[in-house]
Amino acid sequence: MFRGWFDCNYCLICHDRIESTLSWVDLFVPEQKEVVCYECLTKLERIEGVKCQICMRSFLKLDAYYQKGELCFDCYRWEEEPNYKGILTQNYSLYSYNQFLKELIAKYKYRGDYVLAKIFASEIEKKIKEMKPNYIIPIPLSEERIYERGFNQAEALILEAGFQSTNILTRIHSEKQSKKSRTDRIHLPQVFHTTAQVTGKVMIIDDIYTTGSTLRHAARVLKGIGANEIISITIARG
Amino acid sequence: MVQNTNFQSNPQLQTFLSGRQLLVGDIPFSHEEVQQHFENGYVQYREGLVLQNSKYKCNRCGNSESHFFGEFPCVRCGQKCHYCRKCIMMGRVSSCSSLVCWCGPPKDLPATSQPLEWQGTLSEGQQHASDQLVEAVNLHQDLLVWAVCGAGKTEVLFAGIGTALSKGKRVCLATPRTDVVLELTPRLRKVFPDISVASLYGGSDDRHQFAALTIATTHQLLRFYQAFDMMIVDEVDAFPYTADESLQFAVQQARKKQSSLIFLTATPNEKWQRQCRSGKRSYVTIPARFHRHPLSLPKFVWCGNWKSKLEKKRLPENVLQWARSRIQNQKQALIFFPNIRLMEKTISLFRTIDPKIETVHAEDPLRKEKVQAMRNHETLILLTTTILERGVTFPNIDVAVVGAEEEIFTESALVQISGRVGRSSKYPSGNITFFHYGKSQAMIKAYKQIDHMNKEAYRKGLIDYV
Repeated sequence: MFRGWFDCNYCLICHDRIESTLSWVDLFVPEQKEVVCYECLTKLERIEGVKCQICMRSFLKLDAYYQKGELCFDCYRWEEEPNYKGILTQNYSLYSYNQFLKELIAKYKYRGDYVLAKIFASEIEKKIKEMKPNYIIPIPLSEERIYERGFNQAEALILEAGFQSTNILTRIHSEKQSKKSRTDRIHLPQVFHTTAQVTGKVMIIDDIYTTGSTLRHAARVLKGIGANEIISITIARG
Repeated sequence: MVQNTNFQSNPQLQTFLSGRQLLVGDIPFSHEEVQQHFENGYVQYREGLVLQNSKYKCNRCGNSESHFFGEFPCVRCGQKCHYCRKCIMMGRVSSCSSLVCWCGPPKDLPATSQPLEWQGTLSEGQQHASDQLVEAVNLHQDLLVWAVCGAGKTEVLFAGIGTALSKGKRVCLATPRTDVVLELTPRLRKVFPDISVASLYGGSDDRHQFAALTIATTHQLLRFYQAFDMMIVDEVDAFPYTADESLQFAVQQARKKQSSLIFLTATPNEKWQRQCRSGKRSYVTIPARFHRHPLSLPKFVWCGNWKSKLEKKRLPENVLQWARSRIQNQKQALIFFPNIRLMEKTISLFRTIDPKIETVHAEDPLRKEKVQAMRNHETLILLTTTILERGVTFPNIDVAVVGAEEEIFTESALVQISGRVGRSSKYPSGNITFFHYGKSQAMIKAYKQIDHMNKEAYRKGLIDYV
């Protein structure tokens, strides 16, 4: 029982020792182990201030031209499309996609450093408990990609947060999203496929929210199989 | 596995894999073809991770520290897989992955009769070391070349490398820093004009080139396995003690079983110095610079509680005085500080003496520009952290260390810092001052090391006075 107290704790990001902040309370109430040191934590930037009510895009450095009332111009345009109106009611992104997070996510997903998912676990857990979805569904990878990486980075976020992942979506189209224009993305033939049924509130998990098209395509499929309301969580808002 | 001599192996795969250890995903040949070579005894699969006394060890980088391993539900093998986080930037080595190596007939290199084209001459000390090195190459022996800062280490290597290449041997020169790889590559290409040279560092293009002479960062050694007949490791002292172990592992993996291993250093660590003295490690010294003047010795100057003064943005009076006198005499100087934070606190005070005094540190985006400004004599005094302790040469400078007793200033760091002074034959000496609030062992040992080298050089007739 005493062992845990003296085990060294190392930051998952910089590998430095984490200075323990052991207090008397901790002796009686075992605190959750810290996984990131203070310096690294300060480099993760929360999205503060006025932001888009759907996607959390910050309005702070955004030209007024790209703001439409409570929405950003992108979400406003999605809401104009009959097929996509109201399809995604709320996205929650943990942090803004700064250089530090960019490198962190790249290491997590491209190098396959699975344990980095633990960095976001407690925040995601908190948010899931608050939003209370019936299902938590990860954005799927193509078969080829998942074999290459060994795990699905979105699913890992759900599992590490301590929830069950409902893997009912499959990817039928694996072309890289980033190379397409906006019009292409909207009118893309459906990339996701499912044979399951769902009801009620459904949450989708992905690593980065960039244009919102991946999440909205997945949401559309889920709506078609019975979902009432679709929300999402991502680590980063690009 | 027994080699099937009737098997027609693919020479391109042979060239690609010879002396390497790569993950399956890094090999641009089909799985079927690699597997076929395996079944016929031409390719070997080594476990990525091994379990030793219930602890994992990475077979690629040698890491066995438990906090550098992760665990994940692996889609490939359907089990909980462990993986090494230490070398993950080179691709993930996990429990279910293998390191692929070539074990068929080795790829031959053509022998070149006279590979070295160099007209320069060596100093007496350099020549002696160079001869020892050639002998080590011929006899597949290990050798430590202990050469003072500014002795001209690179030229000492030429004859040894030339001997190895002339016999069709494969040579690697590894160094911890990318800057050094970039600096050495053109120099070696010039003196070995007909030899294939690969220059390897994070992001370089020569990654898959099979070359007779490879110049690489030590990190890149992790992709090699029993590849080199002559392995040279530059600046061994640049590694902190803990990193030393992983370096030794990488070096042992990359060299052939029968090969010669050459270490170059200006300041071997204490363990190595002991091994040299007790005869357990064969070594050769170059105790003098080519200009035949002794190395300048540091002066120890007590400066009181510098730490508390710096915190209050003040400086010990004698430090300030030292800086003023450099400005008056228009003599360039480097002043070393134990950390960035304390250094930054002093800058405004220093600028009252001379507004053009600058600071530089490892994460400084203008690092290159500031060093260049110093070279151009636009800056007279540059405040620095240990980042400039090695590798940079300014012809005529003085050096001060503020807080020389701090832990970061190890014996080797202090010898290196002192080695910045008196590099050119035009200005062979200069002032080195260690400002301290109580001498450290490292300071005393650094002094003794420099003094010892001077005496040895005098005894051997390599300098004319002490």
